[in-house]
Amino acid sequence: MTTTKVPSTTEARPVARRRRRGAQAKPSWILTIGLLAAVAYFLLPLWWLVVASTKSNADLFSSFGLWFADEVNIGDNLRDVFTRQGGIYLTWARNTILYAGTAAIGAAALATAAGYAFAKLRFRGSNALFAFVLGAIMIPLTALAIPTYLLFAKVGLTDTPWAVILPSLVSPFGVYLMRVYAESAVPDTLLEAARVDGAGEFRIFVQIVLRLLAPGFITVLLFALVATWNNYFLPLIMLNSPEWYPLTVGLAQWQATSQAGAGSQALFSMVITGSLVSIIPLVVAFLFLQRYWQSGLTTGGVKQ
Amino acid sequence: MASTTTTTEVQRGETPTGRAHGAGLQYREARAGYLFVLPFLVVFVAMLVVPLVYSGYLSFFRVQLIGGNAFVGFDNYVRAVQDNTFIAGVLRMVQFLVIQVPIMLGFALLFALVLDSGRLRLKRFVRLSIFVPYAVPGVIAALMWGYLYGRNFGPFAQFARDLGTTAPNFLSRDLMLYSIMNIVTWSFVGYNMIIMFAALRAIPSEVYEAARVDGAGEIRVAWSIKIPAIRPALLLTTIFSVIGTFQLFNEPSILATIAPNVIGIGYTPNLYAYNIAFIGREVNYAAALAFLLGFVIMIVSYVVQLGALRKERAS
Repeated sequence: MTTTKVPSTTEARPVARRRRRGAQAKPSWILTIGLLAAVAYFLLPLWWLVVASTKSNADLFSSFGLWFADEVNIGDNLRDVFTRQGGIYLTWARNTILYAGTAAIGAAALATAAGYAFAKLRFRGSNALFAFVLGAIMIPLTALAIPTYLLFAKVGLTDTPWAVILPSLVSPFGVYLMRVYAESAVPDTLLEAARVDGAGEFRIFVQIVLRLLAPGFITVLLFALVATWNNYFLPLIMLNSPEWYPLTVGLAQWQATSQAGAGSQALFSMVITGSLVSIIPLVVAFLFLQRYWQSGLTTGGVKQ
Repeated sequence: MASTTTTTEVQRGETPTGRAHGAGLQYREARAGYLFVLPFLVVFVAMLVVPLVYSGYLSFFRVQLIGGNAFVGFDNYVRAVQDNTFIAGVLRMVQFLVIQVPIMLGFALLFALVLDSGRLRLKRFVRLSIFVPYAVPGVIAALMWGYLYGRNFGPFAQFARDLGTTAPNFLSRDLMLYSIMNIVTWSFVGYNMIIMFAALRAIPSEVYEAARVDGAGEIRVAWSIKIPAIRPALLLTTIFSVIGTFQLFNEPSILATIAPNVIGIGYTPNLYAYNIAFIGREVNYAAALAFLLGFVIMIVSYVVQLGALRKERAS
């Protein structure tokens, strides 16, 4: 199994291989052009979003969609986005950051402790317990949302941030990733040596293991962050007050209002600009944290 | 998934079991193991197991006009399997699965293989561009494509108008499902591509250096060596796609505001369960629908795994 080389597959290995391969594989212009056509398919919608967010509502209808209009209206659009309904967009943005941030840190912390224990500590029933957790990956999470809502309603948790954060803390896939990661990243000999020196298990975890698991932790954190940031179904069900909405639910509501034609038509350009602003943080995060999501997906893809 | 546990057992068997280990130390290690797993398990049970059990419990009851909740056995399930709206929704997802998943995974595999072949210029740019839609929330992707498809200021309609014709109505009854397939494909090809690409990178290159020396071309190497080698990654992406398809909710629920006559309350099973629970206020029936849907997903995932296993044995 190649799993024991999780960190190296993305860093050291490709460099070594690329050199060897480079000798015989000549870049092909046909393949490059073919793939650039595919790239156009993936980027053009986003290009359209950027262009459309610079247009006034009237220009949206009168100018060609994939190029700028004569008049640049992005300033007005941004002002609309941030001042509409008393600046509620900023509240939604803050909620999104709060929910996604808290849930991601919590999910990654829980998954790290559990994944490490499953990988490195021997205790009775650990394999059965792990199989039980793994089986949960199959459960459609949306099927759980309705009963969770009913339970939360009983204890008065609906329409509070907890209603979104608590269910997002569970990441069986995160535990799986951390276990695979910990298996190769934490050497048994190191643990033995620390134990012989008389260090307690908790101290070993905090002072030695955590540092070794940091890259895996960030990977799980990133995926939990995206999952919660992009979640729509759960907050839609759980929240009633617009001041608790995350961006996804808020924007969907703006869009529904603009489609219904209620209020002014100016909502179109506002929804478009609001959508663009809402995706910028994640796109930037993905650009800067490439190493982490790529190594995380390696872990998930290789071992099964 | 079951193979994971067996691998670990093998690995554990290989580790020196007879290492110097006092009974006290062993006890402390086991205690720490339970303590480290405990926080996750508590949340896992509270947020996953309890709702699941509660959902199962609810599905056996019905709210009566007189006398509150009454136990009705499998009545809700019987009603569900005879509910034409629900069945139509499930069949629509089967159609979606059969058409969209192979296209999405096929392109993902093709791109991954081309990236891995090393015969591409601008490799990094291509890889990132294909992946970037994954960072766009499903809701935003649906909003954006909804505008792109639209007849007012969508580029397709504008192009057609310039050419003196009209663009097909992407949001009509006939085309809606395909329009949604396109949104999902746009969002997830990159994600699947990265999983496959990462698996391809992990194949030791000696394996196909030999084949190359024997004169096998790039396509032959891809077909006979690379694809079989990344079968676990292909299975993983297939199962995730199956689960994702049956849970389809965001895209249809956003597009329903644009085309309410096309997307009814039961366009997808998940949308139906949502509408039954929150608009129809029939939580017991909704619980049964959700349970049944989970059951369908498990069966289909199981069939996919079984098929993969059989293929593995055959080759």
